[in-house]
Amino acid sequence: MTLYFKYMLLLFKAQMEYRASFLLLVLGQCLTPFTVFTGLYFMFERFGDMKGWSFYEVLLCFAVTHMAFSITECFARGFDMFSSLVVSGDFDRLLVRPRGTIIQVLGSKFEFSRVGRLLLGAGVLIWAIMNLDIAWSPLKITALVLMEASGVIIFASIFILCASFSFWTVQGLEIANILTDGGREMTQYPLSIYHRRIQQFFTFIIPFGCANYLPLQYILGREENPIYAFLPLAGLLFLVPCLLIWQIGVRRYRSTGS
Amino acid sequence: MIKPYYAVLRLRLSNGLQYRAAAYAGIGTQFFFGFIFIMVFEAFYAQTSAAAPQMSLSEVVAYCWLKQAFLAFIVLWLRDNELFQLITSGNIAYELCRPSGIYGLWYAKLLAQRLSSALLRCLPILLVSFFLPQPYRLELPPDFAAFLLFVCSLIIGLFLIVAISMLIYISVFITMSPAGSLLMFSVFGEFFAGMIIPVPLMPDWMQRIVYALPFHWTVDFPFRVYTGNISTLDARAGLLFQLLWLAALIFIGKIAMNKALRRVVVQGG
Repeated sequence: MTLYFKYMLLLFKAQMEYRASFLLLVLGQCLTPFTVFTGLYFMFERFGDMKGWSFYEVLLCFAVTHMAFSITECFARGFDMFSSLVVSGDFDRLLVRPRGTIIQVLGSKFEFSRVGRLLLGAGVLIWAIMNLDIAWSPLKITALVLMEASGVIIFASIFILCASFSFWTVQGLEIANILTDGGREMTQYPLSIYHRRIQQFFTFIIPFGCANYLPLQYILGREENPIYAFLPLAGLLFLVPCLLIWQIGVRRYRSTGS
Repeated sequence: MIKPYYAVLRLRLSNGLQYRAAAYAGIGTQFFFGFIFIMVFEAFYAQTSAAAPQMSLSEVVAYCWLKQAFLAFIVLWLRDNELFQLITSGNIAYELCRPSGIYGLWYAKLLAQRLSSALLRCLPILLVSFFLPQPYRLELPPDFAAFLLFVCSLIIGLFLIVAISMLIYISVFITMSPAGSLLMFSVFGEFFAGMIIPVPLMPDWMQRIVYALPFHWTVDFPFRVYTGNISTLDARAGLLFQLLWLAALIFIGKIAMNKALRRVVVQGG
């Protein structure tokens, strides 16, 4: 773990060398979801309601997703860019070092500029909570924290899963965007607005629903059953097969040789 | 006179068409995103209490599918790293030695890049979305005139977007950092173009700002002509405005380019 923080510090210092460009990127990262947010605001202004969900309720959903996604992109970016390691053959170097592959790939890249998106998400979260009439209890706060953590774990698992594919395909796949960017786009709204099939897929196969929609119902007082508060733990279940696939991939890895 | 530009265009086109597998994988992604967007709009339209919006759901659906199909025609973030590298590395010196105008040459390059990636993707997406079950189906335009006007406006829109993205490349001469310029242009440009939500769904004060800017002529205008949301009479007038903007943007681009090139300092290497 100390190794991980050393990697982090090093890359942080490196990115800070270009301060102006870094700040611009932070601003840009903040603005991209901001336009989506503005669009959302305009839509609610026109329509007032979204299948029984109010503006601030959807905002809560939006904020949790964007925060989780930005944290994951900041820390697990190494997996997102992993196919370039395989293409260039640099993965060989990781294999000969006396440390696990996962920690090394994790440490190979940090995108600190994602802080912009995180800040926007946090701002929206606070705004939403201030405008929502929620009877907060320790359990509800736990649920919120678990939602965030579980979101990070699920996004990270997807990054690992997509990175593992590049052991077989060498090139990265654009279709992986469905799971990462698509997952983000989709979970920024409550899952119940989508088609039944999509709901099922994103609850039982990729447990975004458990991390986001279901505990949200508990926090908003639509469901009384406290088990909903702990559903985000299902995100951990998703991590297991992803790590397994990664291990299989590492074992059958053949260097491109370049 | 026009020949070298045409040659660049053709070369780039066949180059881009090589990446067929990537295009097919992209189509799957486009479909997924298309469905997500439509379902979100559908959820909003499920509200019967709201005052009737200026755009029906089937028009929004058509708007979404056209957006997915012609994504390469309308996004601003599509970039040509080669050109950025030319500017930041100083290899621009070679480009300046060529006997044809650099503006036209780059314009042709960017145009070809967009054409090749759209040609591969748009037909399958359009075909499939015509046969989807309701309410996801892409409806045909109301009449043949609307269709013709749509084609015209889409093509002029394409020329417009290339003219706008030329400005991004020119701005890199000054900022030297592609990421910043690209980001600012694409974030605001795409919002004002109606990529996030169609312009008629925005509040009135926002619409007034949007209509004063050139961006909506590239996305919002052609797609709404297709759905018949803009009447053929207005569409004809719109085509004229598109052409005026196009002339203005190319004029500005050429002047800015000449200015930037006069100041350009090639740092050895």
